[in-house]
Amino acid sequence: MSDITKQSLSELVENIKSKKLSSSEVTKSFVERSDKSKALNTYITEDYANALNKAKKFDEKPNLNLKLPGIPMAVKDLFCTTDLRTTAGSKILNNFVPTYESTVTQNIWNEGAILMGKLNCDEFAMGSSNETSFFGNVQNPIDKNLVPGGSSGGSSSAVAAQLTPITIGTDTGGSIRQPASFTGTVGLKPTYGSCSRYGIVAFASSLDQAGPMAQNVKDCALLQEVISTYDEKDSTSIDFKRNEYSKDLTKDIKGKKIGIPKEYRVDGMPKEIEDLWKKGIEYAKDCGAEIIDISLPHTNYALPTYYIVAPAEASSNLARYDGVKYGFRAEGENLIDMYEKTRSEGFGAEVQRRIMIGTYVLSSGYYDAYYLKAQKVRKLIKNDFDDAYKKVDAILTPSTPSSAFKIGEKTNDPVSMYLNDIFTVPVNLAGLPGISIPAGHDAKGYPLGLQIIGKAFDEQNILNIAYAMEEKINFKNNITDWWIK
Amino acid sequence: MSKNKSEYLINRHDNQYEVVIGLEVHAQVTSESKLFSTSATKFGAEPNTQVSLVDAAFPGMLPVINEYCVKQAIKTGIGLKAKINKRSVFDRKNYFYADLPQGYQISQFKDPIVGEGKVILDMSDGQKEVGIERLHLEQDAGKSIHDLDPKNTFVDLNRSGVALMEIVSKPDLRSPDEVNAYIKKLRSIMRYLGTCDGNMQEGSLRADVNVSVRKKGSKDFGTRCEIKNVNSIKFMQMAIEYEANRQVDLIEDGQTIDQETRLFDTKKNETRSMRSKEDAHDYRYFPDPDLLPLEVSDDFIEKLKSEIPELPDEKKKRFIEKFKLSPYEANILVSDIETSNYFENVIKKSDVKLATNWIIGELFAALNEKNLEITESPISAGNLSKLINLIKDGTISGKIAKTVFEQMMEGDKDPKKIVEEKGLKQESDPKALEALIDKVIDDNRDKANEYKSGKVKLFGFFVGQVMKVSGGKANPKLVNEILKKKL
Repeated sequence: MSDITKQSLSELVENIKSKKLSSSEVTKSFVERSDKSKALNTYITEDYANALNKAKKFDEKPNLNLKLPGIPMAVKDLFCTTDLRTTAGSKILNNFVPTYESTVTQNIWNEGAILMGKLNCDEFAMGSSNETSFFGNVQNPIDKNLVPGGSSGGSSSAVAAQLTPITIGTDTGGSIRQPASFTGTVGLKPTYGSCSRYGIVAFASSLDQAGPMAQNVKDCALLQEVISTYDEKDSTSIDFKRNEYSKDLTKDIKGKKIGIPKEYRVDGMPKEIEDLWKKGIEYAKDCGAEIIDISLPHTNYALPTYYIVAPAEASSNLARYDGVKYGFRAEGENLIDMYEKTRSEGFGAEVQRRIMIGTYVLSSGYYDAYYLKAQKVRKLIKNDFDDAYKKVDAILTPSTPSSAFKIGEKTNDPVSMYLNDIFTVPVNLAGLPGISIPAGHDAKGYPLGLQIIGKAFDEQNILNIAYAMEEKINFKNNITDWWIK
Repeated sequence: MSKNKSEYLINRHDNQYEVVIGLEVHAQVTSESKLFSTSATKFGAEPNTQVSLVDAAFPGMLPVINEYCVKQAIKTGIGLKAKINKRSVFDRKNYFYADLPQGYQISQFKDPIVGEGKVILDMSDGQKEVGIERLHLEQDAGKSIHDLDPKNTFVDLNRSGVALMEIVSKPDLRSPDEVNAYIKKLRSIMRYLGTCDGNMQEGSLRADVNVSVRKKGSKDFGTRCEIKNVNSIKFMQMAIEYEANRQVDLIEDGQTIDQETRLFDTKKNETRSMRSKEDAHDYRYFPDPDLLPLEVSDDFIEKLKSEIPELPDEKKKRFIEKFKLSPYEANILVSDIETSNYFENVIKKSDVKLATNWIIGELFAALNEKNLEITESPISAGNLSKLINLIKDGTISGKIAKTVFEQMMEGDKDPKKIVEEKGLKQESDPKALEALIDKVIDDNRDKANEYKSGKVKLFGFFVGQVMKVSGGKANPKLVNEILKKKL
């Protein structure tokens, strides 16, 4: 069968289940395409030989009742994988091979999927363009020298370029939705507590959440169904009744109330984004939804709040990378000298910047003014959403304030880089689910995404809205394979 | 001011100084597994054999609270008559050290699990109440070993993540003696509760000691110094004495005391500056985002309350009221759960008064001599109880009983058998005694005459002779009676 890699996950699952395709055929196709696509720099670690072996084994005794039977998959290199190097995009974990598996990836393998390799990402998921990775920047398949977004840039690029049928990323302030938006793909950040954080290299514990990144909403729903489980090993995992998201998926969203927050009309927002949003509202109406203007008054404070809370937690979470137990160590004269050299050489500039910000805002004398105040504002932001959800079922916004930018364009301007997260960050602060779906192109032909934000644990509802709108939007990605010689 | 006998004052020139002490006790929670992981906590295991991925802080590992440790902390709080906080929060205390794998210790800072409570001390001149400020749960660190290699430090993570209770007293202690009594009482309460084994040699109980001095009568506290990590009562007392005198000398010399952290050098018997207030760590405490606030219900607390055994203060009260023990006797018998258990087992089947005397007297002396704990006593409670009954029913005299007791100490033998085998049974047959007494009087006719002519002091001589001739077996009460008649 030709063009295997052009098939969606759902099609591949269908074809394997009906024995039109074997796992080996599928895996081989994706491995070959991945291998031809080194120019995109999506992979940090390839595990092709093992993947092909596993596919062969699967075909010998195929269990076709599984949800992801023999499906090959590459995952963000923030998920710990047994016996396969896990770097978090950092030099400090350059040589780290876990003896354990993250719960989310374990759930995926339990449903029959096969690991192909580990995908590039910003170092410790700190970045919006995949340019902070120790393993180099990732190319967006949409156009040469375009960033794929971040931090799950390897993941978004690999899905858009069809190097993997589907993947998982992590989202702390937009790291799934923004790269999905930049690459014309679908990305879901689930409710905080929906997917276990066990075995995921931590960035900011109260914000981190794993989620699916896919070519379409249906695939996204299927993977969410697989990865979302209650896990006793994560104290913040929540035991709630989870839907069978792909089975319960429906395009019938008639009468759903969708809120449009006026505060998201930010100063200096490009007209194309404004237009996209208007178009999105029309699509939603076409689907039978009711549009309601709402207010989220503390939106303006979300970004500064995020850039206090996230670095504060990160500064503490990253303290364990000290050269003592595992990972990179630079020899020193004494313990302190070893710490200083290890962490100066092992962490990149952006990670060091955030560790310093985080250390500062937690310091005695600054704690109340920064960290404590940020926690209070976070509560207000959450209250805004709670109030809004008394009137509406979901909220529609643009995913990002711009389309993908050029590699190097913002690397010397961290604040402008941080501003990229302006529409996604409030969702993490409030712990809500949000999905980005491709909704159009800008003048340069680059994809633009719309974000649908749901109530906590209401993933099904935003998946349904996305599913319905996806059909109306009928988005087509223009991938020319420019990187394949 | 009080005129207590135990008042501890330091005199310099014309000034009298009072010492103010507060303790931060670190008590290891008795638990099979660690505070946030399932690793074992056994003491003395091979290095790094009780370490999980969580304890070693591998990437992506998350803490999960051990409910048993929470119960132990709450029980301890109940034992300290303290307020149990239904909501408490785990915070991260951030600092770098090689034996702290996470780069932070999970502790409780603003919202501890247990609030204010109290401990009653029995001092020689009466009772004293010491306030408890708080009790919180925290992780222990690992152990750095510096003396195995000239260049490298080795790290043992077996202790990393073991649950500790930090019990902070109010600055209510005023002397090394009170510190001694306080630690012992705290230890006793926790051993009754089974929440900490109190083993100071194994490091299950250690303390940071805060010491300041002030002129007698002053209401203001002086500047305090904290002496870190002292692991025996004796060292605590020595450290306090040294430190208080050092501070008094500085004040008398017109100098000021720097608030600082000090170490006690047990070899030189002195405290030394470790770091000044300026060098103090900024721990950047903040709530651990990996853990939700710890919430416990009233039912949960009530259920634990129902599991609390009788504690030393209540037991002492009962012993005094029910068994008519003196406060002194009761104190000794309740000071340790093992002792009070032993005592209560002995008196199940024997006389309370005799049991009290024999345990506090003979048994403690004998154990002390052999350097044994009550749990290691060669004499079981059952056999001591039999011995006491033999005395009580007149089978043997108190004096013979001591001989029997000595033999019992050699191995837990049934005292009845010893009495039978060695023929130690007391002679209580009046006829046999009369014959014996007649012979003694006959043999000492001259003394008998002296007695009759008024030298009544000689009565004791005759009793002694009868006892001697009988090999100590004659019933002393009957001997007295018969002798009186015969003479």
